[in-house]
Amino acid sequence: MDEPTSVAYLRWIPLLPLLGAALNGVAGAPLQRRFGKGVVTAIACLPVAAAFLLACRAFNDLLALPAAERLLLDRVWTWIDVGALRVDAAFAIDPLAAVMALVVTGVGGLIHVYSAGYMHDEPSYWRYFALLNLFTAMMLILVLADNLLLLFVGWEGVGLCSYALIGFWYANHDNATAGSKAFIVNRIGDFGFTLGMFLLFWTMSAAGHPTLAFRELGANAHVLADATFLGWGAATVITALMFVGATGKSAQIPLYVWLPDAMAGPTPVSALIHAATMVTAGVYLIARLDFLFVMAPATLAVIAWVGALTALLAATIGTVQTDIKKVLAYSTISQLGYMVLALGVAAPAAAVFHLMTHAFFKACLFLGAGSVIFALHHEQDLRRMGGLRAWMPVTYGTFLVSTLAIAGFPPFSGFFSKDEILWKAFSSEQGGVALWFVGWLAAGLTAFYMFRLVFLAFHGDSRIDAQARRHLAESPASMTVPLVVLAAFAVVAGFVGVPAALGGSNRIEHWLAPAFAATTEHGAHHSAALEYGLMALSVGAGLAGLALAHAMYVTGRVSADLFARFGGGVPYRLATNKYYVDEIYQAVFVAGVLRLSRLGAAFDARVVDAAVNGVAAVVRGVSRANGGFDRIVVDGFVDRVADATLLAGGVLRRLQTGSINLYLYAIVAGVVVVMIAKLL
Amino acid sequence: MIGLTHYLIVSLVVFALGLFCVLTRRNAIGILMGVELILNSANINYLAFARFGSGNYDGQIFAIFVIMLAAAEAVVGLAIVLGIYQTFRTIDVSATETLRG
Repeated sequence: MDEPTSVAYLRWIPLLPLLGAALNGVAGAPLQRRFGKGVVTAIACLPVAAAFLLACRAFNDLLALPAAERLLLDRVWTWIDVGALRVDAAFAIDPLAAVMALVVTGVGGLIHVYSAGYMHDEPSYWRYFALLNLFTAMMLILVLADNLLLLFVGWEGVGLCSYALIGFWYANHDNATAGSKAFIVNRIGDFGFTLGMFLLFWTMSAAGHPTLAFRELGANAHVLADATFLGWGAATVITALMFVGATGKSAQIPLYVWLPDAMAGPTPVSALIHAATMVTAGVYLIARLDFLFVMAPATLAVIAWVGALTALLAATIGTVQTDIKKVLAYSTISQLGYMVLALGVAAPAAAVFHLMTHAFFKACLFLGAGSVIFALHHEQDLRRMGGLRAWMPVTYGTFLVSTLAIAGFPPFSGFFSKDEILWKAFSSEQGGVALWFVGWLAAGLTAFYMFRLVFLAFHGDSRIDAQARRHLAESPASMTVPLVVLAAFAVVAGFVGVPAALGGSNRIEHWLAPAFAATTEHGAHHSAALEYGLMALSVGAGLAGLALAHAMYVTGRVSADLFARFGGGVPYRLATNKYYVDEIYQAVFVAGVLRLSRLGAAFDARVVDAAVNGVAAVVRGVSRANGGFDRIVVDGFVDRVADATLLAGGVLRRLQTGSINLYLYAIVAGVVVVMIAKLL
Repeated sequence: MIGLTHYLIVSLVVFALGLFCVLTRRNAIGILMGVELILNSANINYLAFARFGSGNYDGQIFAIFVIMLAAAEAVVGLAIVLGIYQTFRTIDVSATETLRG
């Protein structure tokens, strides 16, 4: 294999935000006290901006290379070198990583700027920015990692930052709980990730390729084709385990439950971590390991259905939420479902395309929601909003543009990416009409709940209380400028992927093609007319959703109560209670674990403690016997020796008379005795 | 002609007198004097053997050592006697039995 082009600047892309995080994390508090929040803002924003410029440079360098050789490598040092395992701390950028790095640093940078306005009155401003920078660094490590292990470092790092930022206002117990929930649910996914990684390394080592580097894995993946594990194909088991990890991070069924709760964090955090970047890590992982997943059609089928059902389920819950951020959270889950669906039908390019457009419009929607919440002094309930467009024209405009994008109206970006996914779901070998239909249904629901949100928040009569209305004003420029930029991208980002049927060249798919070389071109060819027809159907679904929302929440021609009473109110109650999934998890897993713990505690108290106490009693008995022996036998012997010495002393002391004459007689007597002995 | 035997007899007589003196005196100074006699009997022996025996000066040198040693011994002994006198107001050794065991 040819050695890829080596560059030394790649390491600085994650390292600069990491330095910012270290500086703000260590010295942020005194800096903020001494020099004000401006310094903290500069320390946080400048590294991200610099990382963005470096990512642009990397993108430019990639463009200069021929398509098949587009890979830049920066090997920093050898991290682990044990036996057959050799892992480098190395960063690599290929077309896929380049798209991700640009999104992370670009959208991330805008959200940093926005945060300076949104978090302005926050006392621990420095802590917020330190964590935000740390997150950016970890996400960039995840994206630019050259091997699976380094990717896992970033994977865990972003999870940690997510936990810390969800619970940023930890004084409120609910927020702290939400952070813990996110972390624990993600850990469940991580167990799949790690097991998959171990199994992958094990199988590859057994076949003579002990490596975790993506390039070498990709080149040697064919050895997995014959390998089996417990009677299953090794590739199937590995990819299924990896997908468990992805469902945790990317909030898919059954591990999506943490994401709605994650809205407890500050809104820019929701935009950056829980909409634009971190939650797409699972999608990125699968796209990155595309060469493995194409070898496991069974896993792909599961992935496709999980994605499609997640998209539909989350969309139905989204239609009845009353918290502005919760609607967006379920929308995010739904959109992630689309990406996973695309991955499942072996269309990773479509998934990454949607990932990118989604990053723009969903970040814009979240930041718009943040702008509303900011203006209303932390009011998030849609029932106490309404008519906001009069006060907040910029927020309204950008929000509307992004809503049109997410609802999939041409020519906004969401149209192209979502339609690409639906088309692939229909036409790909792994796809089918059923998958397409579920996706299509979800598309209609998306349009409905998004316009419901727009109408409830920005149109109609104001239901804001008089107190809040007096201070109502458009947000400061640091917040509106990122909104405008993101909205602009939400409009134009789709044009990089105009499909061939509409006279475009689908540049993003060609750009990403080297990263997905394993994905074969689908054999089935459908007519352009069919593609047009499906496009029209999905736009039609969007229009129907828009019309229904308009009729319900603007003109009032269709009563929302009618909808709520449909089917005896059962579907409505199910949706408002989020299908009781949290309650089921609570009853089955949480309560089960608690019961198991209590059983363990009882076992501990009755059996283990009893055993320990028994051993202790035996030891005490032995000690007592030992003590008696010591007192009677050993001490007795020592005492007798002492007594004998005393007695002897008492007798012998009488020799010491003190009479000098006597001593002299004794000397002479002694000499005489010696002499006599000598003579004899 | 006076030979080695005569000297040895004199030495023996002096030694016996000294020993008798040491064993019988209760006076501390008397005991010290007895010791001096014993040392001098030894000196006579040294000189006699040096004159009639080996023919070199070893014995004579030793005799001088013994005289010097006797002087030192007398110093220490008399100092002890003085100490006894100051404590007990007597130099009778039978009065100094407080060191008995």
